[in-house]
Amino acid sequence: MGKITGFKEIARRDGSYAPVAERIKHYQEFVIPLPEAELREQGARCMDCGIPYCHNGCPVNNLIPDWNDLVYDGNWRAALDALHATNNFPEFTGRVCPAPCEASCTLNITDNPVTIKNIECAIIDKGWQEGWIEPKISSRRTGKRVAVVGSGPAGLACAQQLARVGHAVTLYERNARLGGLLRYGIPDFKLEKHLIDRRLSQMLAEGVEFRSNVEVGVTISVDEVLRDHDAVVLTGGSEVPRDMETTPGRELDGIHFAMDFLTQQNRQVAEEHIGDNRPILAGGKHVVVIGGGDTGSDCVGTSIRQGAASVTQIEIMPKPPEMENKALTWPNWPMKLRTSSSHLEGAERDWSISTRSFKGEGGRVTSLELIRNEWKTGPDGRMSMAEVPGSEFEIKADLVLLAMGFLHPRHDGAVDGCGVEKDPRGNVLADEENYMTSREGVFAAGDMRRGQSLVVWAIREGRRAARAVDLHLMGESSLPD
Amino acid sequence: MHGSDQRQPAGLYDPDHEHDNCGVGFIANIKGSKSHEIVRQGLQILVNLDHRGAVGADPLAGDGAGILIQIPDRLFREEMAAQGVTLPAPGGYGVGMVFLPRLKRSRDRCIHSIERAIHAEGGTILGWRDVPTDNSCLGESVLDEEPLIRQIVIAPPQGMTDQDAFERKLYVMRKQSHGKIWYPSRHSEGDETGVFYITSMSCRTIVYKGMVLSGNLPVYYSDLRDERTESALALVHQRFSTNTFPSWKLAQPFRQLCHNGEINTVRGNINWMAARRATMSSSTLGADLDKLWPLIGDGASDSATFDNALELLVAGGYSLSHAVMMMIPEAWNNNPLMDPPRRAFYEYHAALMEPWDGPAAIAFTDGRQIGATLDRNGLRPARYVVTSDDLVIMGSEDGVLPVPDDSVIQKWRLQPGKMLLIDLEEGRIIGDEELKAQLASAHPYQEWLDRTQIHLEDLPEEIGAMSPDADTLLHRQQAFGYTQEDIKQFLAPMGLQGDDPIGSMGRDTPIAVLSDRPKLLFDYFMQCFAQVTNPPIDPIREELVMSLVSLIGPRPNLLELEGANARHRLEVRQPILSNLDLERIRQIENHVDDTFRAITLSITYPASDGAEGMEAAMERLFQQAEDAVKGDYNILILSDRDVNADHIPIPSLLATAGVHHHLIREGLRTSAGLVVETGEARRVHDFCLLAGYGAEAVNPYLAFDTLSDLAPRLGTDAEKLHQNYIKALNKGILKVISKMGISTYQSYCGAQIFDAVGLTDDVLARYFTGTKCAIGGIGLAEIAKEAARRHAITYQGVLQFSGALDVGGDLAFRLRGETHAWTPETIGLLQHAARSGDQNRYRAYAKKMNDQDRKLRNIRALFEIKVSDNPVPLDEVEPASEIVKRFATGAMSFGSISWEAHTTLAIAMNRIGGRSNSGEGGEDETRFKPLANGDNMVSRIKQVASGRFGVTTEYLVNATDLQIKMAQGAKPGEGGQLPGHKVDAWIGRVRRSTPGVGLISPPPHHDIYSIEDLAQLIHDLKNVNPEARVSVKLVSELGVGTVAAGVAKAHADHVTISGFEGGTGASPITSIQHAGSPWEIGLAETHETLVRNRLRGRIAVQVDGGFRTGRDVVIGALLGADEFGIATAALVSAGCIMMRKCHLNTCPVGVATQDPDLRKLFTGQPEHVINFFTFLAEEVRELMAQMGFRRFDDMIGRRDHLDSQAVIEHWKARNLDLSRILHAVTPTAGVAIHQCEEQDHGLDKALDHLLIEKSAPALDSGTPVRIETPVTNTNRTVGAMLSGLIAKKYGHAGLPDGTIHVKLKGSAGQSFGAFVAKGVTMELEGGGNDYVGKGLSGGRLVIYPAKAGNFAPEKNIVVGNTVLYGGIEGECYFRGVAGERFAVRNSGVNAVVEGVGDHGCEYMTGGVVVVLGQTGRNFAAGMSGGIAYVLDEYGDFEERCNRSMVELEHIDEAGPDSGGDVMADMTRDDARRLKLMIGQHAELTGSDRARRILDLWDQYLPMFVKVFPTDYRRALEDQKAASGPAKLEGATVAAGE
Repeated sequence: MGKITGFKEIARRDGSYAPVAERIKHYQEFVIPLPEAELREQGARCMDCGIPYCHNGCPVNNLIPDWNDLVYDGNWRAALDALHATNNFPEFTGRVCPAPCEASCTLNITDNPVTIKNIECAIIDKGWQEGWIEPKISSRRTGKRVAVVGSGPAGLACAQQLARVGHAVTLYERNARLGGLLRYGIPDFKLEKHLIDRRLSQMLAEGVEFRSNVEVGVTISVDEVLRDHDAVVLTGGSEVPRDMETTPGRELDGIHFAMDFLTQQNRQVAEEHIGDNRPILAGGKHVVVIGGGDTGSDCVGTSIRQGAASVTQIEIMPKPPEMENKALTWPNWPMKLRTSSSHLEGAERDWSISTRSFKGEGGRVTSLELIRNEWKTGPDGRMSMAEVPGSEFEIKADLVLLAMGFLHPRHDGAVDGCGVEKDPRGNVLADEENYMTSREGVFAAGDMRRGQSLVVWAIREGRRAARAVDLHLMGESSLPD
Repeated sequence: MHGSDQRQPAGLYDPDHEHDNCGVGFIANIKGSKSHEIVRQGLQILVNLDHRGAVGADPLAGDGAGILIQIPDRLFREEMAAQGVTLPAPGGYGVGMVFLPRLKRSRDRCIHSIERAIHAEGGTILGWRDVPTDNSCLGESVLDEEPLIRQIVIAPPQGMTDQDAFERKLYVMRKQSHGKIWYPSRHSEGDETGVFYITSMSCRTIVYKGMVLSGNLPVYYSDLRDERTESALALVHQRFSTNTFPSWKLAQPFRQLCHNGEINTVRGNINWMAARRATMSSSTLGADLDKLWPLIGDGASDSATFDNALELLVAGGYSLSHAVMMMIPEAWNNNPLMDPPRRAFYEYHAALMEPWDGPAAIAFTDGRQIGATLDRNGLRPARYVVTSDDLVIMGSEDGVLPVPDDSVIQKWRLQPGKMLLIDLEEGRIIGDEELKAQLASAHPYQEWLDRTQIHLEDLPEEIGAMSPDADTLLHRQQAFGYTQEDIKQFLAPMGLQGDDPIGSMGRDTPIAVLSDRPKLLFDYFMQCFAQVTNPPIDPIREELVMSLVSLIGPRPNLLELEGANARHRLEVRQPILSNLDLERIRQIENHVDDTFRAITLSITYPASDGAEGMEAAMERLFQQAEDAVKGDYNILILSDRDVNADHIPIPSLLATAGVHHHLIREGLRTSAGLVVETGEARRVHDFCLLAGYGAEAVNPYLAFDTLSDLAPRLGTDAEKLHQNYIKALNKGILKVISKMGISTYQSYCGAQIFDAVGLTDDVLARYFTGTKCAIGGIGLAEIAKEAARRHAITYQGVLQFSGALDVGGDLAFRLRGETHAWTPETIGLLQHAARSGDQNRYRAYAKKMNDQDRKLRNIRALFEIKVSDNPVPLDEVEPASEIVKRFATGAMSFGSISWEAHTTLAIAMNRIGGRSNSGEGGEDETRFKPLANGDNMVSRIKQVASGRFGVTTEYLVNATDLQIKMAQGAKPGEGGQLPGHKVDAWIGRVRRSTPGVGLISPPPHHDIYSIEDLAQLIHDLKNVNPEARVSVKLVSELGVGTVAAGVAKAHADHVTISGFEGGTGASPITSIQHAGSPWEIGLAETHETLVRNRLRGRIAVQVDGGFRTGRDVVIGALLGADEFGIATAALVSAGCIMMRKCHLNTCPVGVATQDPDLRKLFTGQPEHVINFFTFLAEEVRELMAQMGFRRFDDMIGRRDHLDSQAVIEHWKARNLDLSRILHAVTPTAGVAIHQCEEQDHGLDKALDHLLIEKSAPALDSGTPVRIETPVTNTNRTVGAMLSGLIAKKYGHAGLPDGTIHVKLKGSAGQSFGAFVAKGVTMELEGGGNDYVGKGLSGGRLVIYPAKAGNFAPEKNIVVGNTVLYGGIEGECYFRGVAGERFAVRNSGVNAVVEGVGDHGCEYMTGGVVVVLGQTGRNFAAGMSGGIAYVLDEYGDFEERCNRSMVELEHIDEAGPDSGGDVMADMTRDDARRLKLMIGQHAELTGSDRARRILDLWDQYLPMFVKVFPTDYRRALEDQKAASGPAKLEGATVAAGE
């Protein structure tokens, strides 16, 4: 399998980006893929490990060595089948996944993992391009009806799986268009939205009924949904953002949640002019992004495209190491400094910083008062933070974006409407085996259940929940776990 | 405990597993002149073979000894006259020697039975005689078992004057007497009729035998001391049994023979004998034939069974020698040297009887002729001497009966497949050639063959089925459980390369019965393999003995002496049938005549019947098969081709074995052939099972279809793939059968060389009769359920698998595949724990490994450790620093793993007082000295494996343990191969081989073909290094316990039981997955058998093969282990990530690679390994505290602390029965259950003490000494102890040449000159036995026959078999011929000899061998280095040489000559080198032949052939090109970092 000595002979090569000056002028994707020959060569670097650590590293347990080899072999069609065997939407993960698989790749011990994500993306893009992707329409009907509430990646995966074994699936979405976070949260320059549309088209053919602009528990009663369906799966997102209520000046104008900022931009790109799509514009402004994660990074890239005067991203935690201690982390997901394409587009980053207050003029924010922290590890191994006396400083800020993560799903609407129990963190309580909530026939999956996470985790949850639902309805299931 | 109870099966011990090997000998007066002297000399031979026997715990109880002589007429005539009975003339009366029960009631029954049988056959009882015995010499353990011994004297029926007819009648009487007692009702409570046994009943011979030490035989039987006891022949036998339970019956000789060796195929042979009953008829026996049944079974040993069959053939009219040739045929089908009539003889008889395959030296007699023969491979030694006073003395070794030197007229050996026969009536020796030529020409066998033998390929072309469409193909693949791995890892590589694929590391997946996944029935069987009691064979290098020929169809009447020629026989050259071949068979009726009629029986049944329907379907199949045979169909084709949505296939193995056994039970099996057409079989293992349970040929149509489907993708044509696939299967089957030491498909067929793991006794008894399973398991219902589940997956459309096969995941971890112990999680956790020293991380790891509630992986998961109500505080438990001393890392060679990995393990183990293991492949001597920082890189355990690479005397003395690797868990019964690209300069130097040249480890140790050979090697090693423990490594399989008991009796200090989960650097996947059994089973059996035999105290038991946590260790201890080997987990803590790429040299973490770039990536530190072992010990302590044990010793063998978990919900595992594993042996008070005593090695008797004493000046100060001493065959391993001392003091460099000169006279015992160090010369006048110069480490050996001898030395044998095995360096000069396997695995010794037997210079890698005479066959097989010069006077050497790895050249006086050091450059200077060596030979041995060659040099030189290994020449030339001609051979290379 693969080329036995490929990893020694072939250097890692990944796709490249279009130049910054060029790419920040638009909202389109800017990854320049490797030529096919080179990409196949990259597949040859896979060693067909006796234990493929990537398998576990990947939440959907993609059959990575198999399709790496098939790509090396030029057998794209079979590679596509292998890819689809575990992942409904490789075109999404192939673009936006942080690729924990690559972190767990054996070659990452020497920091040269196989370019798994890139290969994944190439396979699925080729699949679409060649017209190999067709609806898989179930040849039988079970007569069971399932409602899936929330059309993010978890809901989409769940709905597709259920439809393929013959259930009648209704997919509810409170927004105008389907896709959830994929549609509204991830900027177009990372994931162009026509990719979602063609998948929806496939699902439509497979029999999924889409009901957008319907919010369960609000525009339609929970009881009605429960009455009309044999099972309900809650697949909403983790939508309640972490706030800074206690920080003086929080009420000032110009301080927004990251997701509000990103959503309105996506709607503008999509020319969606409905609802409360009030533009939040960074053009000519000094932008400060609070929070060092992926959402923050997306705010950076979006601000730059909008023409921000400066973009600064600050993080309360200390700066992670540039290189993890492989001996104690591999094959696990390491804590390390991650620099995104957006960061490379011209942002300042700083760490170990707390925000003491927002300052403003005329009700609008103008600057932030910050202070540096010192982190110490206590005797119990826990880290604790202390402010460094005298380290206060101030930076200019015309637009502040809060990107400090999400607490839990919204409780109003479907969650409380269904009356399901919640875990201490405020997520819907259900285990990873059955996915069933405290209410018989009501299931939960994705961020709704596990809290904020990656697209790939959402897909996994959606797939597994579909199997659990199928088992619940039919007594046995032929869906993979 | 009463002996017979002790032998009852209970727990895992089963008497069926007992083995024996032994010493045999005979003496005969060629002219038939009888004397008491012959008897006395026979007994003397027995005494001199004493060291080939064994004693167990009771020093007075041997394993049995006996003597067979002609009926001493004078003795009986006078004794009976005293009773008032006048005997008829000699030969006119028969004598039965009878073992009777002491209990009167039982005894009377037996006596009655004999008398009734004699009367029934018309005989007259002339009287009974009480045999005088003196039981004061018996051991207390056999006294209980001692029978009452009486003789009965019988006159023939009225009017019967023909002695042969009388002898046959006596045979019938004996069979009837036994049969009446034994078979109607097995003896009940308080009944002792089980003791009843007739040792002999003949008018010609009588057998005296018993559980007596050989020297005590004439003490016990005063008859043997009686001058009136006269015979012209005496056949003697000394038994070495693997157990010590006394069995008077199993002592030898039997009625017509004694046997040294082992019949590996005995299970199959017994079945086939039974299967013949219905088709057998005899003109000589007539109606008496029926009275002989049960034919087999008056003694459970293979030898006894062999004797039973031989008796029948002789009674049926074959001559004794003819019958022996039928049962143990020579290797005929690949032998170009055999003359055509003889080949025809064998080929003809092949259809009559399958070979009784296995190592064997058989000595046989009917009282008129006496003879001996060897198996086809010559795996047992047999030497003989003919004297001028008409004596022939044959024995397992030379020198068993000292005779005056000047009376010897011939000294020779039995050669493989050859026979020696002495006809006392004709008064002459009949040689092999004459004897066989005569038999071969007795009938026109070739003509009969030409008329009857049909070769499948000669039948007209037929039309084979085409491959189906893709959907059907996929469905069929799914229905038969194909996985992606089957295609990727098996079919595709087999089709492309024609080899059974190789893998590495071990198996860490559950046995089939514990797996959640539907497994094929094939997966419930594990291949058996040879260890200790018989050797595996190398099917590649020793291909000449192997054969895949299979005969399909009805078998002729075994006892039809002449009429069988009418019947047609169908022969296939190998058993895998293409679709076309199968059609030829199906249509055979139309092609041949009505001899053959084939019928196809479907082995599928309606899916609507569900899983429950399978049992009824089987019954229907049986009925159909029976009806077909009765309806004159004689080839049954069992077919599952009609599998479809409506039909479930019965597992092909179940169908095959079931029909096979049903037909055996009905006596119909030999009336029909069995062919299997199945989509299920695809891996080598599958075919072996089908063969092992009766399939004469198999057509794997689905595998072919799959290959055809793959062809376009693999870029080759389907036909080529099919051919390669068949080739790969053929090679694989040969490998599997050779693992058991079996060489022919015909004898493997039906031989059932498998253990079941996870099947109920019911299923086994009904469908796999005779197969055993230690742990019970699933029944037919679950087997059916698995088949039905596969069928449902296929035909009820399951999305998960639609369009794709199941991933498999057996060979490599796959998330949706089979469960593995080593996963990304467990590896990560263990490595993080080892590196950080964080015990919590270790606990998380151990929890993952130990908790198997959801997915079972191993048997121990089902055990519960019982905690005590009285736990002890943790701080009172033996400290971890003591417990870690019981740990050892596994045997991994430097070569298979990197220097960095190897030394990291060694340093770590030395720091904590544990042990690391060198593995096979020597050890760099720089490691023998401690490092400056106090660390020590030495491997305390030095392994001695079959390749003997780098096993120098110095290596052996730098060890605390010497481990003889009999088998390896991942690949028991196999050798190894280190590819040339892994042999860099450094490894080449350590292994004493040439860089760039691949190295082969033979499957067997060529000095261990039996248990007494093992005892010899143990003795050798103990001599070299008396302080070291000698250990023997075995692999778990049923019966390993009895082998371990034999090992203990062979004086090993330590035994390792390896589980099948053990790792490997490279092995066929077939072996990794399907051979051996879990250690839990093997260890439990071993401990139990040792305790029962009272041997446990004197041997330490180590267990390994998949130990990963402290819980594993505790369970091992409770099941009976003292020590633990942990390899994979230790390696993981040092950085191994289970890439399973060891065999490819591409290990990306620098562990299992020699690639300098990759080695740099190794990050392991000794501390990591120490952390792991410390955590392990701490976990052990915690469990000990909970159980209430303070000392580890107290825990050993305490099975009462184990329980099998009641909560097994698993659909398959809940059927397991672990009671046999948990069966607690109740030891008698005072019997140890853990190791606490020392073995007595008998080293005090070594001749070396004298040598050492006299060598003191040389040892102290290098002052030369000369020593003279006589020597006899009981002086074994002479020179080794002395050399060990030299190596300890002076290292491998030794002393200056000739410092110690030892001159000996006589016939030396085995292993003469073993491991002799530099500076020592051993000069022997007389002769040597086997293993002369084993491991020679620089010394010089000179051996020549006694100067007074009356024969030409160059035509007689001077040293035995396997001489110079593993020789490292030194010189040898042998005036005379050597036995088989001369210089096998020689690494560097230069030797001159005047002729050699078969397999000369096999696997040789260095040194120069000069043969001044003829060689046997297969010279230079596997020879990858060194050179040989052979004097080819008859021009037939080319045919005798195996040229697959060597080139032959002629030597030219004018050839290239450097003018420099004559031993420096093997590519030139040949003539000069040859002349020099022959000159030295002449000078040192006084050889006339050498002298003559030198005198006529110009005439002789052109007749020499130089044997030059191809790779070796290439490597030498490369070296020369790289470094200039100055330094070549033995060029030293800097020792790396």
